[in-house]
Amino acid sequence: MTAIQVRDLWMRYGDKDVLRGLDIDVESGEVVALLGPNGAGKTTTIEILEGFRVPSTGEVRVLGEDPATAGEDWRARVGVVLQSWQDHARWSPRALLEHLGRYYEPFSTSGRPRPFPIEELIDLVGLADEADQKILTLSGGQRRRLDVAVGIVGRPELLFLDEPTAGFDPKAKRDFHDLIHRLSDQDETTIVLTTHDLDEAEKLSSRIMILAGGQIVADGSADALARQVTRNAEVRWSENGQRFVHSTPDATPFVRELLTRNPEVDDLEVRRATLEDTYLAMVARYEAGIDVGGVQFEEVAS
Amino acid sequence: MNPVWNAIKNGARRGWTEFLYSVKSPQDQGFFLFTTAVMLGYLFLNRNNEVTFGDAVVMYPTLALPSLMGALIAFGMVIGVAYGLAMERENGTLLRSKAAPYGVVGHATGQVVASVMSLVPSIGLLAIPGILLFGDAFTLGGWGKALWVIALGTLATLPIGMVIGATVPGVQKVGTWGMLPFFAIVSISGIFTPMQALAPIFRGIAQVFPVYWIGLGMRSAFLPSSFAAFEIGESWRTLETVAVLGIWAVVGLSLAPPLFRRMARRQSGSAVQQAREKMMQWVR
Repeated sequence: MTAIQVRDLWMRYGDKDVLRGLDIDVESGEVVALLGPNGAGKTTTIEILEGFRVPSTGEVRVLGEDPATAGEDWRARVGVVLQSWQDHARWSPRALLEHLGRYYEPFSTSGRPRPFPIEELIDLVGLADEADQKILTLSGGQRRRLDVAVGIVGRPELLFLDEPTAGFDPKAKRDFHDLIHRLSDQDETTIVLTTHDLDEAEKLSSRIMILAGGQIVADGSADALARQVTRNAEVRWSENGQRFVHSTPDATPFVRELLTRNPEVDDLEVRRATLEDTYLAMVARYEAGIDVGGVQFEEVAS
Repeated sequence: MNPVWNAIKNGARRGWTEFLYSVKSPQDQGFFLFTTAVMLGYLFLNRNNEVTFGDAVVMYPTLALPSLMGALIAFGMVIGVAYGLAMERENGTLLRSKAAPYGVVGHATGQVVASVMSLVPSIGLLAIPGILLFGDAFTLGGWGKALWVIALGTLATLPIGMVIGATVPGVQKVGTWGMLPFFAIVSISGIFTPMQALAPIFRGIAQVFPVYWIGLGMRSAFLPSSFAAFEIGESWRTLETVAVLGIWAVVGLSLAPPLFRRMARRQSGSAVQQAREKMMQWVR
């Protein structure tokens, strides 16, 4: 089943086109990361999909409806993780989650009881010790976890996260990734997230879309994207204290030969292009004016 | 369960919770106590002032106390609600509610309930010591009539607060579009100075707005009927009070919901982000 279908989406502010003919398809159960430099239109895209912003032109279908006109029944099926600031400062996480959860009670079904049981939710995001503290007193990371809890309190079928881990420490990040995996696996939640963290995009998502200049310039798994940019791997080694680098599409035969031929080889290292390399290359290509838009990358068996 | 009714109930609970948080908050307690102290101090300093009209003479605080109670209703509903709405829009509270099904309905309900509840401490804190100190002429049975004045006054002014809060571009503008005109109107509405002391033009303008009528209604509730001699037309003009406040209520209640919905529709994460950046610049 298709969760999101976008065709030729344009967004214009004044005389500036922020989105220029986006096509997006997301299947149910997928975890998709939207990457892109600042100002590429990530947040605008997410807000259009959330129904918080009306596009200039284009066809948008999210869970079968147009978010701009979809009703509250649709709203109950969609979760949004917002960047909180100072709202509900006097409330406790428990009171806020109970309050917001109550809106979802009429939308409970046997297959998907709503809201998410609050105690379980508090444990899930690791806020058990802070559940009765004032939200004002929470740390930045704790607030973000509360934001995530608020986003999933209605047990959404589709969850949007805009830069969910900005400001997380490594431990909080790891916990958050576990949470996303759990949501995806257990609740079959479709997840669309934006991030600046390439490592995170690679870990979390089954598919990555790179948005640059208001267009999708790449769409595929991290691996497929890397292969598209360069099929070469970099082999580095040292020989008698001297460093060598060789670039080759077939690293394994090269290394085998290298080792048989030369017993002096030390510090051997084989490096495939990382997602970061890929990302930077894609964005650089776009900025150099090379049209890479519309290319669909084949999934490569890995 | 009907989801709209569920949201209204949830919103009412929200308003009650907000009210409890407010009552428990030292910041809000300080605000209530400070404004009450200023008003009581003002009455105390003017305790020996006499107001004369024709042959009748009355002590100033006797007239001013019920008038101030009326002004407090208007202040709480217009300025309090306008600030509340603009603030909750900028800090992301409204956006949170909007992300939930029928959350905007609940949000509006909560705002109304919390604002109306806040009248209890604000009027109570002034009324209790005020009546003990300056209320020798008061008819305490007047609370019955005062309640409908409060109810009608709330209906007439709360939508004004919602309209201002929903249309101002930001919290800081509530001062320009809310406070300034509000205090201009209060100053000519017979709260601090009896209407007869004002130029006829001001008297005319004041009678267009609800503040004067709420003050008049509160005086009519608490003061003996002979005090009507101090009013325009030497009457409490109850019928006119109901009519003017009623018209404001009808106009306000038909304008506020669509404007509130429009405001809610425009909410998005980046709108909150923009407001936040703007406020950061303001603070710096």
